[in-house]
Amino acid sequence: MPCGVPFAPERASPRVAGVINLPENEIVPDLVGIEPVVLSQPNFWSRAGKSLLHDPVALCSVLFILLLVVVAVFAPWIAPYNPLREFANGLSEVGAPVAPNSHFLLGTDEAGRDVLSRLIFGARVSLLVGVVATALASTIGVLIGAVAGYVGGVTESVLMRFTDMVLSFPILLFCVALIAVTGPSTRNVVLVIAFAYWTYLARVVRGQVLSLKEREFVTAARTLGVGHFKIIFKHVMPHLMPTIIVYGTLGVATSILIEASLSFLGIGVPLPQASWGGMISEGQQYFQTAPWLLIAPGVALILTVLSINLAGDWLTDVLDATRREIGR
Amino acid sequence: MIGWLVRRFLQMLLVVFGVVSLAFVFAFLVPANPARMVAGPQASPVAVASIARQLGLDRSVWSQYLSFLARLAHGNLGVSFVLEGRTVASEIWGALPYTAFLALGGVIWEIVLGVPTGIIAAYRPRSLIDRATTLGALFGLSAPPFWLGLMLIYFLAYKVSLFPLNGVGHPLIWYMVLPSFTLGVGGAAFYSRMVRTTMLQVLRSPFIEFVRLKGMPERTILFRHVLRHALTPVVTMLGMDLGYFLGGVLIIESIFGIPGVGQLAYNSISTLDIPMITGTVLVAAVFMVVMSFIVDVTYTFIDPRVRLSRAK
Repeated sequence: MPCGVPFAPERASPRVAGVINLPENEIVPDLVGIEPVVLSQPNFWSRAGKSLLHDPVALCSVLFILLLVVVAVFAPWIAPYNPLREFANGLSEVGAPVAPNSHFLLGTDEAGRDVLSRLIFGARVSLLVGVVATALASTIGVLIGAVAGYVGGVTESVLMRFTDMVLSFPILLFCVALIAVTGPSTRNVVLVIAFAYWTYLARVVRGQVLSLKEREFVTAARTLGVGHFKIIFKHVMPHLMPTIIVYGTLGVATSILIEASLSFLGIGVPLPQASWGGMISEGQQYFQTAPWLLIAPGVALILTVLSINLAGDWLTDVLDATRREIGR
Repeated sequence: MIGWLVRRFLQMLLVVFGVVSLAFVFAFLVPANPARMVAGPQASPVAVASIARQLGLDRSVWSQYLSFLARLAHGNLGVSFVLEGRTVASEIWGALPYTAFLALGGVIWEIVLGVPTGIIAAYRPRSLIDRATTLGALFGLSAPPFWLGLMLIYFLAYKVSLFPLNGVGHPLIWYMVLPSFTLGVGGAAFYSRMVRTTMLQVLRSPFIEFVRLKGMPERTILFRHVLRHALTPVVTMLGMDLGYFLGGVLIIESIFGIPGVGQLAYNSISTLDIPMITGTVLVAAVFMVVMSFIVDVTYTFIDPRVRLSRAK
């Protein structure tokens, strides 16, 4: 395996149409040099806060994410109406959706339901799926990547060839096919995204562990008689944190887009539960007369994914800058 | 070099074999009884059992697996459960031209939109153009393709009848403009950022300073030295993209009503047509594996550094 080649094309992540590709070596700076102390340095958080104040774009995206989290958590209290309630005055005389007005701030949909309330409850689904799927995927990816990189030999070959195989399936088609087997439900959407997505992190983590295990602190720990298991989890793992954080952030954005795509295809979050992809899918037929049905969830999706990506960029910069400052 | 090529080829075969096996396991895991699906809901248990025997479903897993492999070796992907008497291979073969056309269009948009904007942004960092392309790239990366596609249909096909609403017709290129744009825009954004980053790296490297000190004109530096380095990753990624797109672009094909491989896969999933699902997923995966092999080999020839490291 030509793993030592600086930009071996195997590292190029297969792209997902529209879904953010995990930027590989070309975009994300190599985070392997960042010591675990970076995160616990007192000046890391003050630096992070300061850079946020000097970077209006990053500030806006972080604030937007916070707002989204608040809205998602307190959805039942914030939403003006029940997202499933079909209002009698939510449809015009001819039975068409009602345009935005003082009563329904973002209008109503084809069943007379309040779009704003559905949007707010949709944020819940998106964030929940995004965070849980990414957490699962990261756990699997880090475990497999770390074990493959640390143990090496046959174990590594088997694990990494398996990763290659899963990576060979286009991610969306893979998810769709898996859902076809397991049946659409929110739980299955999370599991399927996690199962398709762990591969990206497994590759990166393996690469980093390969170089980490040659470092002195691992040799030192071995000499002191520390077990392999403990070395992986107590000594190597903290070094992987910056990578896990950055990839995890991007992973949430990707998972949200995949969930929206699956729901758009009608095999994601089951109806009538509100999800942004599902709202776009349902609004499709009424677009010519009721464009707000598509614009509202679409803008929500774009803003969410955009903010998460921008926040990820900012996080990478801060981690990188702090590393340079403490001179490691 | 030859040794590396052989090893890489064998590795590709191994991955293809693994992908095939995964596809088999997948088809095996489907909870629905395939024989029942072929026979139809009204068929008697006897009829179902006889179909199961015909399909070889009563044999052991291993013997089914072996005959699955034997069939594949002959290019036989099986017969559709739903479309009466059609073979999976012929259906995919019929859908492939549309997908190929769309894939090619997507890749062209990626180059046309992504590369020049990346170069300009790198030459004038922090300028208005740089900021505008960065913003555009972020938008392109964040917009879900299904939403973007619907917006394009609404504004450019419905409001202003510039392009056909959906489907395919004559001339095909006319029907492919919007779908391929939707397909390419995310990649274009990605390339724009990638080209910018690599260009900045190359522009800062000592050998560029050297040729500049020698008095080489800026234009010659750009075309002879900088682009060569900055575009190598683009070439590889384009190859991967083409492989990925050829596997069928589910969402875009279904929005624009293009009867390609993605549409075929999607329809087969909604009807639970197992051989068709396995076939389309398999073909998509094999395209990716083979393209990544081709890209890897091409890379070796483009970049002398890689060639040297592999010659050892």
